[in-house]
This record gives sequence, structure tokens and C-alpha cells, in this order.
Amino acid sequence: MADTRQYARLAGTAIAVLGVAAAFLYVGGWFNPEALTPARFADGFERVDGIHSGFRLNHAKGVCVSGSFESNGRGTRLSKAVVFKAGRVPIIGRFSLAGGNPYVADGSEMVRGLGLSFKLPDGEEWRTAMINTPVFGVSTPQAFYDRLLASRPDPQTGKPDPEKMAAFLASHPEAVQAAKIIRSHPPSSGFENSTFYGLNAFWFKDAGGRSIPVRWWFAPMQPFAPANTTGPAQPDKNYLFDAVIAAILHQPLEWRLIITIGQANDPTNDATIPWPDAREQVDVGTLTLDGVESEDSDRCRDINFDPLVLPEGMAPSDDPLLSARSAVYSQSFTRRVGEKELPSAVTPSEVRK
Amino acid sequence: MSTSVPTEQRQFTVLMRLFHWLTAALVLTMLGIGVAMVASLADYHRLVSIHRPLGILILIVVVIRFVNRHYSTLPPFPATMSPRERWVASASELLLYALLVVQPLVGWGMLSAARYPITLFGAMHLFPILPHNVMLYAVLRRAHTVLAYLLFLTFLAHFGAVLFHTWVLRDGTFSRMAPWRVRAH
Repeated sequence: MADTRQYARLAGTAIAVLGVAAAFLYVGGWFNPEALTPARFADGFERVDGIHSGFRLNHAKGVCVSGSFESNGRGTRLSKAVVFKAGRVPIIGRFSLAGGNPYVADGSEMVRGLGLSFKLPDGEEWRTAMINTPVFGVSTPQAFYDRLLASRPDPQTGKPDPEKMAAFLASHPEAVQAAKIIRSHPPSSGFENSTFYGLNAFWFKDAGGRSIPVRWWFAPMQPFAPANTTGPAQPDKNYLFDAVIAAILHQPLEWRLIITIGQANDPTNDATIPWPDAREQVDVGTLTLDGVESEDSDRCRDINFDPLVLPEGMAPSDDPLLSARSAVYSQSFTRRVGEKELPSAVTPSEVRK
Repeated sequence: MSTSVPTEQRQFTVLMRLFHWLTAALVLTMLGIGVAMVASLADYHRLVSIHRPLGILILIVVVIRFVNRHYSTLPPFPATMSPRERWVASASELLLYALLVVQPLVGWGMLSAARYPITLFGAMHLFPILPHNVMLYAVLRRAHTVLAYLLFLTFLAHFGAVLFHTWVLRDGTFSRMAPWRVRAH
């Protein structure tokens, strides 16, 4: 009898220990192998684009730029963020092309990216990663992942299976709608005259504690010229990068930072939907890029342009893409810095030629 | 248990018990947040925003706790514990202290090496404690995971050992650290 009780207590101890261990693993998602995690997202990129040692999983091809942001002080009424106080802060940035292949040949229809890191005088930092389309193609992380897998080239033909993409679009009317908006904004001739959009909504908080929904975009001072999409194929596979390098070395490039102020019914959780054109726009300062370097000789390669590195006075909205971007960018960063670094397509000699 | 041991020495001091349960609550919350955040897309940012200041809080609490322990009188081990068990208990206590100090420092160090801003609350942020070196980040990031699992396993061993002594051996081990006051019989 005493023995039975003793065994029961021993069993109780074992059950309690195993129960705690199981609870820990449950919280860590071990019993939900189908859930989309940052690691599975990263695996998806590697499945579609292959593993390119030392490169970002997306926007793998890029070049480093540097310069400054001169705030005109008009942003202080929108946000107490230090970056909006009148004055100049240093910038490190990176132009990139979307996709996981760091050696892909430039094409004018490819999505262009601009990542920026603002070093603020109080030791804070603001990072943003933008692209040259006015809205994002999908509204949720799962849709992004599904579209990524649908775009995977068939090993037989080397081309994506059109049926898979059609199936994706059939179940994602918001992606069809977004594609229509993106097509109505034809790309410019190069990085230097591209408009870059932050896409996701954020909250700005002013010194009085008032919060407003905003989106931001960088409007180029370099005049728009349409991309040559009908002429003969460009001979140089780095022609977009070569052009922006030459432009910066010729004279500094400038963009105006425009804050779009949302109103109560403007969606903050859906980056596929543009806000009405009539929304108030505030020009808060000028970005100047006057330095350019290969990723091999400059350390923008070491920066994760995580869109949720925000100074006090800016906060994420309820857009589900934001937290997911932060998580997957972090996963991408952790993977690539642990890998052997291979030379970039845009080499140091490419910058100096 | 010997009746010669005065009541006040059967238990750890009030302050030690307070630190113990505070640490337990913080560390278990932290382990849950840590393992959940690395697997989450939707809650990643919210969890990581708690993870950083909570890690620093644990570091501060554990350092103060360690100093307090140094100046406190400890109750004797239960008579049921063999010398070898006592050695294991002392070693695991030391291991827990070491992990609880090293783990936040590795976290702080890895963010420093990657030059992530180490934001705590609002504009408040910590200075980097290591040079900018992403290879160092890669090593420390891996170490942070390994140490987290080691910490969890050490906690589990501690939890299991106390349960075993209290339920199976019935030697009153738990009452030594019980949050409430336990009187001698």
C-alpha cells in the first residue's frame, strides 16, 4: 500500500516535469509544424531562389550608398521623433533589386528597393526599407509566402508554372487589384529617378501624445524618364546599378521625404490599398545621397533594414506585414552573417570604373 | 528534521525567498517569450519589445540576488540529502546563477555586435558592449539559443528534484523556499 502511494507520487513528479517540458515546446510551436514561422519563411526563399551564401534572402542584389537627411523641421508637428527636428543626420543606405538571386541581370520591370538607416543624435536609429511601387502586391505574410512558392521556377522548364500563379491570383483578389495599381505607375528609367514608398502604415506620436496614422514616400528631385521597356535588351547585366553609380559620382542625388497623413477610415492594416490622393502631404526634409560603394567594401551589407527599428515618436500600425517583415528580415540576417560571404555582382571595381 | 534547528533557519530568509519567486516568474515568462517569439510572425515584434527590457531586468535582479545571497544565512540541507546530492544541488544552483547572468549579457552582446539599437523603453536604449562584428553576432546568436535550452533544462532538473524530494521523499524541501512562512513541527 505504501509502495503504491510512493509509485503514484513518483509518477506524479514525472508527469509534472514532462508537462512543463511539453508546455514549453507547445509555446515554441513544436506541435504545430504547419504554421508559417520565420524559419519556414526563410526556407521558402531558399527553395525558390537557391542558397546564395552570405546574401539577403530577398533583395539580394544591391549596392551601398551614403549621405544625409536634412530635416526642415515641419515634421515636428506630426511626430516627436528626433529625426524631424530641423538639422542634418547621417544616412547609410542600399539600392537593391527584389528577388533572392544576387547575380540576376538588371531589368526595368523588376522591383527596386531602397533601404535607409538614419543615425539620430540621441543614439536612436530609424530604419526603413522601401520599394518603387505605390502599393504592396499582397496584404498578409501568408499571401506573400504563397505567392513566393507559386513563382517558383519549374525545374523542368526553368519558368514558373502559370497555373500555380493563376490559382494564387484567383484566390487573392486583393493581389489582382494591387497589380492593376502597380501597372498604372510605369517604372522610371533608373534608381535615381524612382519614387520609393514605405507602403506600410505607421503611427506618428507628437509631443502632446496625439497619434496619427501615416505612410511615407521619397519623391525624387531627379526628373522622371520612363523606363525603356520596348527597345532592345540592355547589354550590361548591371546597367541599372551602373547608372545610379555614375549619377551619384556625377552629382549628389536628392529625394524629398513626404509624409501622407491618413484619416480615420483609411486602412492601416492593408498595404495593397492606396489612401486617397487628397490626403494631406507634408514635405519634411531632403535626403541627399552622395556616396556609393560596393557591398564588398562597404558595411551596408551588415545592416538589417528592419522596418521596425523606429525612434520614439513612431510606432508600427496593425499591418500584419510589419511584424512578419521584422521577424523574417532578422532570420535572413542571422543566416547570411553566419555564412561565407561571396563577392557581390556590383564589385568595388564596378563602382570605380 | 532535527528539532535543534531553530524555526527561522528552516527556511531561506524572506528576502531570499522573495528574490527566488521573483526570478522564477521573470525567467519562466522570459523562456516562454523567447521560444514563442522565434517561431512567430504576427507577435514577433511585440514579444521582442518585451524580451529586451525583461532580459536587462533579469540581469539586474540576479546580480542583486547574488549579492544578497552572499550576505544571508542559509538553512541547512535536509537530512535526507547525501553529500553527493548536496554537491549536485550546489553545483546546479551555481549553474543557474551563471546562466542567468551570462544569457542577458550574450543577448546584449549579440545586439551590440550586429549594431542593432538596443531599445528598452521609448527613446531609452543601451550602449553597445561589443565591437561591430557580424561574425561575432552569428556566434553569439547561436549561443543565445543553446544557453536558453540549457537554462530551461537546468530549471526542469531543479523543478523535478524539488518535486521528488517534496512529494516522494517528503522531506519538506519545498517548505525551505515556500513563499509563505512554514513553522517547525
